[in-house]
Order: sequence, then structure tokens, then C-alpha cells
Amino acid sequence: MSSVLVAWILRAIPFGTIIMFGALGEILTEKSGNLNLGVPGIMYLGGFGGFASAYLYEKSTENPNAAVCVLLALFFAILASVIGGLIYSFLTVTLRANQNVTGLALTTFGMGVANFFGVYLLNGASYTAAPVTYATFSKKIPHLSSMGWAGKVFFGYGILVYVAIAAAIILHYVMYHTRVGLNLRAVGENPATADAAGINVNKYKYLATCIGAGISGIGGLYYVLDYNQGIWATTDQIEALGWLALALVIFTTWKPLNAIWGAYLFGMLYWLYQFMPGLMGINVPGYITDLIQMVPYVVTMIVLIVVSFRKKKENQPPASLGLSYFREER
Amino acid sequence: MSKTQAKEPFMRIAKRDQASFGKKFTVRAVAIVLALVVDAIFIFSVTGLNPLKVYGVMFQGSFGNSVRFSWMLRDLVTLLCISVALAPAFKMRFWNIGAEGQVLIGGLATALVMVEFGNSLPTPLLFLVMVVSSIVAGGIWGFLPAFFKANWNTNETLFTLMMNYVATSLVASATDIMRGTASSLGKLNMSTQAGWMPMFLGQRYNVNILVVLILTILMYLYLKFSKQGYELSVVGESENTARYAGINVKRVTIRTMIISGAICGLAGFLIVSGKDQTIATTSAGGQGFTAIIVAWLAKFNTFYMALISFLLVFLSRGAAEIASTYDLNDFSSSIIEGIILFFILGSEFFINYRVIFRGSESKEVAQ
Repeated sequence: MSSVLVAWILRAIPFGTIIMFGALGEILTEKSGNLNLGVPGIMYLGGFGGFASAYLYEKSTENPNAAVCVLLALFFAILASVIGGLIYSFLTVTLRANQNVTGLALTTFGMGVANFFGVYLLNGASYTAAPVTYATFSKKIPHLSSMGWAGKVFFGYGILVYVAIAAAIILHYVMYHTRVGLNLRAVGENPATADAAGINVNKYKYLATCIGAGISGIGGLYYVLDYNQGIWATTDQIEALGWLALALVIFTTWKPLNAIWGAYLFGMLYWLYQFMPGLMGINVPGYITDLIQMVPYVVTMIVLIVVSFRKKKENQPPASLGLSYFREER
Repeated sequence: MSKTQAKEPFMRIAKRDQASFGKKFTVRAVAIVLALVVDAIFIFSVTGLNPLKVYGVMFQGSFGNSVRFSWMLRDLVTLLCISVALAPAFKMRFWNIGAEGQVLIGGLATALVMVEFGNSLPTPLLFLVMVVSSIVAGGIWGFLPAFFKANWNTNETLFTLMMNYVATSLVASATDIMRGTASSLGKLNMSTQAGWMPMFLGQRYNVNILVVLILTILMYLYLKFSKQGYELSVVGESENTARYAGINVKRVTIRTMIISGAICGLAGFLIVSGKDQTIATTSAGGQGFTAIIVAWLAKFNTFYMALISFLLVFLSRGAAEIASTYDLNDFSSSIIEGIILFFILGSEFFINYRVIFRGSESKEVAQ
């Protein structure tokens, strides 16, 4: 296999993993009928929560324990993002605030919190790092990853890449093969009917949103502590990734298994510009690079249009997506 | 009440018909005060500074001197212009999340005209072409999602969101070409100042203020008194009712979104010609998203939009002031803004619904 292609895949899969986490969480959330535009904010919270806890721990001890680093980072990343999800669900489910607006406010808030407190960690420097945690998260699978190109392509990533794939499979199983999943989809399609069938609509919406936020938050953690080599810097990058994750949700037509290949495809498209010269012998000027950046979004728009053309039931957005449910309003 | 009835729940929620103005005002005022208290706690716990003093400094950010005040107005009208653009779309319950892109593409059209024709067209004609092209560009960006929504019910929230990034890519690409070998684009037509908004009362952006003021009033009248405004509000309330009343829903949807996108495009023109004199992917600076919040909170009333825009601009300018005075960072404004928005959003609940506690029912009936 051509070495350029291998290098390309090695860039694409970690990139895809960030947005795969974001998208998986959002798929779960949207299946309950909550359109959470706060994904970028939640990924910020997750990324910051994970980094800050790992960084402070590494700074406070002489020999940081790798396992503690990982557990701390995961715990606080999930905690921070679940808090974001809680704010969102309290406002939209309990207080029935508008979902779009609440989500956007959450994005503003999450980005603000992460970057504001991030500056205290930076303490004047332009970036700061948590090396031990990075090393642990990005540890490749030993032996297997050194077996030629196949080893690199299949085993040359940190643990979270495989966790993302597992999460997609588990989510698929829960959503389509368990009663909980059936109930969840019922809530997202028609909460009034679900309510009449005795399903606790609010409970499902809360849980789906908060667990979804937790999963999305891991995307932020993966970005900071693995993809970005454990380096924290004030950044707009996570926001762009969050919106891309939202695009991916549409691209997958709300199916977790599609998120696996969809995310990697987005990753390939994202890095296309860098590998075009090597692969095809085309040297692209900067302005073409900028245009290539829009490809994932254009592809998503096309998917959105095609899905609405074909009107296949199983590919539609959840019917009550974006609407608050109020029992007495029927 | 019969004795066989199940026990009444401790509290339940009922929809309120119509809250009085005084009630609405009180609820919102309480929400903002509570938000300021939470923000004060945040400020104090992080910085240890006296929150009241900090709020005082914040006030300086907008009212410290006449220059700051005029900057505040400049930022205010930019946000207000985009919010006004969103008003008809939102009133129609069309979730136009794409204002950011519509503004950018309008700004890009303006900038391209400035560069291409800056030296060849006489000034009035140049401005005419700039305005028209920005409106057309924004209009196209509004038309596309509306066209698909009207014909195939394509989800507009997600569609318009994606359109933002297409616009961003186009702007990035165009600026890349325009800057050539320079490291950044800089101001367009620096030597000739062609296409720069003329000075008015000492500042270029005073024209923006005037234009947006007129737009705000026009949009208010359009929504409140015109036939088209009535049609789009019926479509927003219920598409079936609209159809039954003989309103062409498709046409109204597309027309309204073209108007919405066109005004966003015009906002792009105002930003490029009247404020920045250049274009960048950050020209809209997230205002397209903030405007969504403004338009929604104002319940489509353009004058409330002015008020809420003021509140948000006041906050962000204030936070910048705090940042420079106390050596904090600008992101505090995002946090403060986020908290205030959460509270205002939450307070809507108490305007639209009432909470009834157990035992209070008899009193309600007696009233």
C-alpha cells in the first residue's frame, strides 16, 4: 500500500474519532427529540474538564500514575459535559425553553468557561501540556502496531479510537435491540404517544441528553489529550469540530453504525488537501485548499436533501426533533 | 371534588393564557437580577474582586466616554441588523440558523465589487452595485434552504447551519486569492478608499446606525401591518390553517427567507463597507448566532431586539473593559452572557406557564 495513503489514513482516523464521539452523543440526544446545538460547547467542557484535571494532577505529584491520569481525565471530562447536558435539559425539558436558542447559549457558555479558566492554567504561556496523560491515552497497541502498514493502519492509535467504535456498536445495539432503545425512539418520534404508553418522557429526554453530552464530551477530551498531543491552548478549533460533529449526525441519518465510516470519511475529506499532491501529483494552491474544507458540509447538505427527497421512514430525522413536549398541550 | 379521586399532585403546571405586561416585565427583571447575582458570585469567587465595582467598570466599557459610546452603538446596530433580518423567518417558525453565512456571503460580494470595480465605477454607482450584490448574495443563501424546505420539507435548521460553512470556505478562499503574497488582506482599496462608507457626523459607521434604525422601523411595520407580514405569521402559527385560508405556503416560505437572507447580506455590506473596510472569515464574528438568541428572546418585536442587542453588546464591551482593567481575559464575557441567557430563557417558562400547588385550586376557582 502506498505510504502516502497510509499516512493519510493515519491522519484521518484520529480526526474522525473526535467527531465520532461528538456525533454519537448527539445521535443519542436527538433520538429523544432534543436538538442540542450546544455540542461544541459540551466538547469544550469535556476537553477542558479532562485536561485541567490531568494537568493539575500531573503538576501536583512527582511521579504521576498513568492509570490515575486517565481515570481522572475521563471522570472530569464526563462530569463537566454532563453538567452542560443537565443545564440544557433542565431549560428545555423542565422549563420548555426553545431548544435551538438554549443550545447556542450553551455553546457560548461552554467555550467561555473552557477558554476563561484555560487562561489560568496557561498562566501567561501560549500553551501548556499534560505529557504523561497524553502518553497514556495515545499509547499504541504493542507488537501489533509495528507489523507493517496493516499494523499501523489498524492498530496504530490510542485506546479511545477503539472505544469510539465500541461505543457506536453498543449504541446501535441499545437503540435497535432493546426495549429502552425502542422507548427512546418512541419519545423522539411522538412523545405524546410514548407518554400514553406509560413511558416517562421527561426521564428519557433527561437521560438521553445527559449521557449523550457525556459521550460528546469525550470527543473534546480525545481532541486535547490525544489528537492535540496533550496540549492546551486557547482555541476556536473545538467549536469547528463540534459543528462538524453535528453535520456528521445528519450524514449518518441518525444511525450510530454509520458514524464509524462516516467519521473516517470526514477525516479523509478534511485532510484531503494535504495528501493530494503526494497521491495524485496535483499541487494545490491555498485557495483550493480552502474550498476543499467545505466538502464535508456540502456532502452533508446533499445527504439532507436526498433523504428528504426519498422520504424513506427510517432515514428521517426524529419526528419531534427540536420540539418541547408539554403533556397538556395535546 | 369527589373523594374517590386520586390524590392531587403536589404541584402541577398549566398553560397561562396571556401574561400581563407588568407580569412579563417583573419576571424578566427578576431573571436578569438573579443572573447578575450568579455572575457576581462567579466574579467574586474567581477574582476576589468586589462585584459591584466590577459591574461599575463594565458600565465604563459602554459609557466611559463618547468614543466608547459610539463603538457600542456601532456594535449594537450590527447585531440588531442581523436580528431584524431573522425576525420574519422566525415569526414564520423557519429556523434560520444560517445568518452567519448569509452575512459573510453578503460581505464577500461587497468586497469583491469593491476590489473589481473600485477604480472604474463612479462612487454612487459603485455603492449601488455593492448594495445590490450583497443583497442578491444573501438572498441566494436564504433562498436555497427555503426552496428545499418548501418543496421537500428538508430540515431547515440543519441545512442553514451547513450553509454557514460553505460561506466561510468561500470567504477563506477569496481572501486567499485577494491577498496574493501578502500575509494578510488588510483594508481594501487602501489608497483610493473606494467603496468605503462616506463619513457622516465624523464616523463612517454612523451611516450604519442610520440605515439600521430605518430598517428596524420598516421591519416592525412590515411584520405588524403588511399583508405579507400577516401571511407569514399565519404560516408560522399553523401551515394547515394557512393553506385553508388560501395562503400559498411555498411562496410565502421562499419569499420570507429571501427577505431574511437579503437583509443579512445587507448586514454584510454594512460590516465590510461601514465598519471593517475588509473581509475575513471572522467578519460576522459569531453575531449571526447571537442574533438568533436576540430575535427569539424579543419575540419578533424589533424594538425589543434593540433592547436585547444593547444588553448583549453592553455585556461584551463591559467584559472587554474588565479584562483590560483587571488583567482578566475576554472570555469572561461569554460566561457572563451565557449565564444571563440561561436565566432569561428559563424565565420564559414563568411567563408562559403557571405552577399550581396542591390546595391552591379552590382559590383559583373562587377568583
